[in-house]
Amino acid sequence: MDIFVQQVVSGLATGGIYASLALALVMIYQATDVVNFAQGEMAMFSTYLAWTFLQAGMPYWVAFCCTVIVAFVGGLVIERVVIRPVENAPILSIVIVTLGLLVILNSTAGWIYSYIQKPFPSPFPSKPIRIGNIVFGAHDLGAIGVTLVVLALLFAFFRYTTLGLAMRAAAQNPASSRLCGIRVSWMLALGWGLAAAFGSVAGIMVAPVVFLDPNMMVGIQLYAFAAATVGGFTSPLGAVVGGLLVGVTENLVGTYVSFIGTELKLTVALAMIIVVLLVRPSGLFGRTVVRRV
Amino acid sequence: MESRYGAERATEAVSRPVATLSAARAPAVRPLDLIGIVLVLAVAIALPFGLSAFRVFQFTQVLIYAIALLGLNMLTGFNGQISLGHGAFYAIGAYTTAIMIDRWNIGYAWTIPVAGILCLVVGFLFGRPALRLEGLYLALATFALALAIPQILKYFEHWTGGSQGIVLSKPKPPLGLRLNEDQWLYFFTLAITIILFVLAWNLLRGRVGRAIVAIRDNHIAAEAMGVDSALYKSAVFGVSAAYTGIAGALSALAVAFVAPDTYNVFLSITFLTGIVIGGLATISGAVFGALFIQFIPNWAQDISKAAPWAIFGLFLIGFMYVMPRGIAGFFRVAWIRMTRPAVARGRPR
Repeated sequence: MDIFVQQVVSGLATGGIYASLALALVMIYQATDVVNFAQGEMAMFSTYLAWTFLQAGMPYWVAFCCTVIVAFVGGLVIERVVIRPVENAPILSIVIVTLGLLVILNSTAGWIYSYIQKPFPSPFPSKPIRIGNIVFGAHDLGAIGVTLVVLALLFAFFRYTTLGLAMRAAAQNPASSRLCGIRVSWMLALGWGLAAAFGSVAGIMVAPVVFLDPNMMVGIQLYAFAAATVGGFTSPLGAVVGGLLVGVTENLVGTYVSFIGTELKLTVALAMIIVVLLVRPSGLFGRTVVRRV
Repeated sequence: MESRYGAERATEAVSRPVATLSAARAPAVRPLDLIGIVLVLAVAIALPFGLSAFRVFQFTQVLIYAIALLGLNMLTGFNGQISLGHGAFYAIGAYTTAIMIDRWNIGYAWTIPVAGILCLVVGFLFGRPALRLEGLYLALATFALALAIPQILKYFEHWTGGSQGIVLSKPKPPLGLRLNEDQWLYFFTLAITIILFVLAWNLLRGRVGRAIVAIRDNHIAAEAMGVDSALYKSAVFGVSAAYTGIAGALSALAVAFVAPDTYNVFLSITFLTGIVIGGLATISGAVFGALFIQFIPNWAQDISKAAPWAIFGLFLIGFMYVMPRGIAGFFRVAWIRMTRPAVARGRPR
């Protein structure tokens, strides 16, 4: 039972990271109908920036904030420069452009920082926390906390600010929003910026666990895809629940189903994606999109 | 060779289905095209005699890539189903050959059709559920497949030799032929490439080809015309996987080694890069794309280990902006402008 609880908690910690990245994907998908294949690599690149800031001697949380801000600007610029020209192009073109972005970011990171794994510090104490017989990793609990705080901020932003309302409006009904004087295309860029900022938090939180290297986000992005698919690409709440579900499932399956272990982890995500798409393509919380033809 | 206007369709889908349908009707080979094909073949046959063994190996690899790209282009370019996971079928083909030769001592030539048929079946079966996945979701599912395949290969260690992979020996030329191993493999691959290209051209130019393109451009209209969209889509998935599988099988022979990490997600992205650069929905584009993905990384490797991918990425995005029809489409348009000034004055569409 103790092991079970421990696994669930550490599953929630990784699940929170998947949820953040999945939420970033969903935000972009809702606003622009684009699945951003480069989301993970954007997060990876931001994490390298954080590492650079830390190397330069910045205190942890200052570096953290700087990274989030730089990531936000970076996401905004990427939308303006790279995505905008293909905004109305068919899906294939957009997929290709985001894939291009993926390999550019991946190779640039490798070019600048080399492919050697680097350790990344955690701001939380390394001593595990004991409650009764159960041992929790402090970083796990900290990561859950940070994810919750960021989620709450994001929720408050979209729920209680005019700008958040404008962004939701732009995503839901671009034509009417434009008539109300909302600059829709800038709202989309803002969405990309927020998604990038959000992804960077996920990257910084996961880096102490998986170590920093240019390919660190590839597997995590797959889990984020699985999370977004499980929760439904049209639902932010779904992305969060999906992320937590996927994280916990991954951990429990790895612990209790012996033939899978850690060796087939990615295959579990693949199976989840395919099963959900076949059984319930819109995900747990998504709505079915009806198109007029 | 390819339907004249095919390339632009892929990026501007839906917009002009009528033009596509009439273009795909362009029947047999025109005399000029014939001259071109004969020239290319002559060069291809003469090529291995003046080059070092390593260069011959590289050109064998180009032919292999061309087959794989043709397969992917059928699915993604012509039929509009986005696959980011064709590296998986390449891997299945390669492992089929490697296991058959290494474990069961079967003659290498026999393993090629087996790899093709196996991938045909697997592709068809994967294509069935994929029918329900439109556009982005199919891209997602195949992307997940591409990411998972190295792990799956490692898992079946008993068959695949785990991370160590399987080492093969290069096939010997049949008796009486005065060729070295690399030259023999080159001609063996060339023969298969020619057969597969002719088959693909034959498949895509006629009624079936029109149906495949029609599904991409407007599947509802296609169904209204009596095209069995579900059957066609999964069949194209199967054929496409078979092509890529055969390419994988040949690559196992050429490299004489298979290992799980060769078949990672970047291989699948390489294939996609190849068809985008070569020209979506063109047959000749497969050759241009293959030349590109074989030689550009080699050349860029001198700059930095990361450079090939940076260049791939820039080319991917750049081509989407300025040359969405790829190299094949570019040549086609240039040719039309040169030979038919009247058409060139208006946009050549």
